[in-house]
Amino acid sequence: MKLDNLTAIDVVEGIKSGNISCEELVCEIYERIERSKLNCFITLNKANALEKAIEVDRRKNEEDYRRKKLLGVPIAIKDSISTRGLQTTCASKILEGYIPPYDAAVIEALKCEGAIIIGKTNMDEFCMGTTTETSFYGPTRNPHDLSRVPGGSSGGSAAAISACETVLALGSDTGGSIRCPASFCGVVGLKPTYGFVSRYGLIAYANSLEQIGPMASNVTDTALLLEVISAKDERDSMEVKIKNNAAMNYCASSLKWDEDANIDIDIDIDKEVKGMKIGVPKEFIEGVSPAVKKSVWNAVHKFEDSGAIVEEISMRGLNLKYALASYYIIAISEASSNLARFDGLRYGLRLGKDENWHTTFSKIRGEGFGEEVKRRIILGTYALSAGYYGKYYLKALKVRTLIKNEFEDAFKKQDMLAMPTMPFVAFELGERIKDPLSLYLADVNTVPINLAGVPSISIPCGFSNGLPIGLQLVGKHFEENEILKAGFVFETLSG
Amino acid sequence: MKSESTNTNGVKIGLECHAQLITKSKLFCPCSTDYHNSEPNTHVCATCLGLPGALPVVNERAIRYGIKVALALNCEVQPQIIFYRKNYYYPDLPRGFQITQYDFPIALNGLVQIESASGGDGGRERGIRIRIRRVHMEEDPGRLVYKGTIDTAKYSLVDYNRSGIPLVEIVTEPDLRSPKEVRIFLGELRSILGYLSVFDGDLEGAMRVDANISVGGGERAEVKNISSYKDVERALSFEITRQKNLVRRGLKVTLETRHYDEVRGITLSMRTKEFEHDYRYFPEPDLVPIRISDMVSEIKGEIPELPDEKKRRFVSQYSIAREHANTLTYDINIADFYEEVASKMDAGLSAVWVADVLKGELNYRGISMREASKRVSADDFVAMLRYFKKGVITERGATEIIREMLDHGGKPDEIIKRKGLASIGSAEIEKAVLEVIKENENAVEDYRTGKKEALHFLVGQVMRKTRGRANPKDVSKWIEEKI
Amino acid sequence: MIRKEEIEHIGWLARIELSDAEKELFEKQLSSILDYFAVLDELDTEDVEPTYHVIGIKDVVREDEPKEALSQSEVLRNAPKKEKGYFKSPRML
Repeated sequence: MKLDNLTAIDVVEGIKSGNISCEELVCEIYERIERSKLNCFITLNKANALEKAIEVDRRKNEEDYRRKKLLGVPIAIKDSISTRGLQTTCASKILEGYIPPYDAAVIEALKCEGAIIIGKTNMDEFCMGTTTETSFYGPTRNPHDLSRVPGGSSGGSAAAISACETVLALGSDTGGSIRCPASFCGVVGLKPTYGFVSRYGLIAYANSLEQIGPMASNVTDTALLLEVISAKDERDSMEVKIKNNAAMNYCASSLKWDEDANIDIDIDIDKEVKGMKIGVPKEFIEGVSPAVKKSVWNAVHKFEDSGAIVEEISMRGLNLKYALASYYIIAISEASSNLARFDGLRYGLRLGKDENWHTTFSKIRGEGFGEEVKRRIILGTYALSAGYYGKYYLKALKVRTLIKNEFEDAFKKQDMLAMPTMPFVAFELGERIKDPLSLYLADVNTVPINLAGVPSISIPCGFSNGLPIGLQLVGKHFEENEILKAGFVFETLSG
Repeated sequence: MKSESTNTNGVKIGLECHAQLITKSKLFCPCSTDYHNSEPNTHVCATCLGLPGALPVVNERAIRYGIKVALALNCEVQPQIIFYRKNYYYPDLPRGFQITQYDFPIALNGLVQIESASGGDGGRERGIRIRIRRVHMEEDPGRLVYKGTIDTAKYSLVDYNRSGIPLVEIVTEPDLRSPKEVRIFLGELRSILGYLSVFDGDLEGAMRVDANISVGGGERAEVKNISSYKDVERALSFEITRQKNLVRRGLKVTLETRHYDEVRGITLSMRTKEFEHDYRYFPEPDLVPIRISDMVSEIKGEIPELPDEKKRRFVSQYSIAREHANTLTYDINIADFYEEVASKMDAGLSAVWVADVLKGELNYRGISMREASKRVSADDFVAMLRYFKKGVITERGATEIIREMLDHGGKPDEIIKRKGLASIGSAEIEKAVLEVIKENENAVEDYRTGKKEALHFLVGQVMRKTRGRANPKDVSKWIEEKI
Repeated sequence: MIRKEEIEHIGWLARIELSDAEKELFEKQLSSILDYFAVLDELDTEDVEPTYHVIGIKDVVREDEPKEALSQSEVLRNAPKKEKGYFKSPRML
């Protein structure tokens, strides 16, 4: 079976029609993983996945099985998402061996729709990083060049899709953690509007910034996956209950479902593109590498050639250095509190001998957390501590308001914004990791989107010396359908 | 608002009271709150265990209960509440932070009136005003069990059943002036909370108190871990004595936190690095603000007549003594029982029999009125009192009936028959008296020579003979006549 | 400029034991990162409201209905040390 170019929709239709054997598909995937040099996975779910695959093959003609939207589709899950009975480590030593007794809401939704969980993917420890190099389980390599980083923190998920070690994947995005690796690995990744997808079961790094999001090799698969994981959930207070379920609109209008739940794409490209107002903010494009700039402008011009109205704009108040500082202060402050629970009492690392509570606790965390995590916890604790709250945390939240307002202003005239996802292509392993600040600066195009809470998708738009470049499309709150449609249009126009 | 006080010994006490609310599920997760007699760690889910990835969702009823408490304490309910994280480390705190309220609590600026026990310390007037600084909501942590005491135990055991139980925290201004006043205040508070049906004082650990105490205008010390209502006076008395001794020796009281050791009845200094906290409060990012102004008028309507008001009404409406009114109104179930009885029976008589006799029997058995009313209805009680009033049964017989009903159930007339409690008639009394006089010549001789105790003895003999079915007064008369 | 003693104090507040090498490394790195954060002082935010929640929803509550809890064995499954249904914690003092 050819895994290359196999989409989720191909799989669902193939299984239902009998042309694809789920068991064979899953076996091939595991063989590929075993041969791989990429280190995409921390934990594999082989026995369970095969059992499920056999069941799918056996029961695919039953009525309720035929209706499952992801029937038999292999999916890889970032290891920051809780999976019942399957080790979940957040790529940290302090959670090695932790087996959650519950599934995240998105996992429940996936299982309900028949997806097959292949395994848990590698990531930066506790999502803190841009390259998947801070993982306790070693870095993941970029499939396009093994000496380079895949991006992060959802590097394992992105690389696995790119290398066909899975068909779909879930990542999480706090400051670019889905979009960055999508860009570096040449796949599609979408960060939903804040509150679109339930965070119940996502091991928290920065609560007010992060979302779980879909990753796939193409836009239609991304839309399909988003539709499944955005099922309503009572357990997340921030999840917006009354939403148009924009993905539903997209799928309803362009993905036609027949009685047997076969999927057909039906979208009038010309109609979609004509009159679409796309703004390119100069703040996001002027500082990037020449190759990236060229590729992204070419992409934007494709829209223009097909009838979109492209305008170079300025988001004057948005100086990206403020966005970065604001983002990091908020993220590390929340993280310092979120990670306080790791004390070795209820789960996780415990050292041999116990001294008193506070000493034991401190030793465990000193031993179990990696350097970047320790750095961020220390900084975050400092930012929240007595005397500094106003100067850092509160200040950052006020700056966030300014940034949010900038986006609102831009969206008064534009339907969406287009810009590069990352300022450059994938760099070499080890190149930036020794200088934390230089790594933080790499997130400059992605973090403002998290601060504003708007949705954003990264789509491959070209190469530079064989390394992928990503185009980032940013939409208004809860208008996932608009950026998905635009992405689909671009995909089609690019051939 | 200044409090009225004639404070002559310089003691100032402020309290932080934590009361568990009796909702069906916990504050931030749907685990059942019915954990009190369960095995450890059986009422726990991902959220209250603090598992990575789990999220809180607010229990609406808990908020409503909190508002109810605030209104009953005459507080100003705020328009909007926001939950905050209080970051510190303790094994019973599974997330490394407690979700509580900081700015934006449920209510501020309330008031509770208590009566001073007459001749209380410091000569305070009756009708003392204790100002309530704030009322807010927070979650209970889990429970630590030590083998031994906190400073000697080799390890601790942790049970998270209690983690996440809704608490209402009531903070007073330092308006209390003595441990006795504190006890009275807490009694009033428990009574009010019981009236609101949001609290069950019989449950273990249902109320916990921290106290801030200073003497003579000096620094205050905070005493934590006063876990039982009965321990409060003892803990505070120890601490006041400790502080006064320091002052007497010319030393200063230090601003610190002290831990109450209930086994030894002392407070221990906790002024070590481990117990210094920088709580780093910030708003809980996983929860949204909740507007509560609209709930106030509806909840206000749900508040019943409160103890203070009921007390005064009982005194005027039923013409009963203040002490009786106090006893009858402490527990709303007793108050309701009394009123039902008094609606069909002489109010004064009912008061004596409910407040003194029935309450006494309940105390002796350690059961609440709520439990007792399953066995004894107001109508049964009235029936019993009617028999007593008519003289069909004696006082002792009536008491016997109450005990029988509490212990085994049954109805008064059936019990009277079964246990032969009917008062005996004059003829029988006369017969018994004559027999006793005959059998006790010495005592009779004593009585004739003027020894009054002999009469008591003879009455006692008659009571024994008649198995308590004679009225002692009548017996006494008969004996005097016959001798 | 954040000094070593401050880092030690924060390390204690965060309950993370740092090695001497880490303290030295952090002294350098954290100072430069904090200098970077200080760039926010350039902005006048006097009249700006902070954004705690980017999607301004309010009043999210749930009904007071109890649901099934985890079983005791599920709860204790990952516990490194346990005894008789309890988690075992180091001594306090």
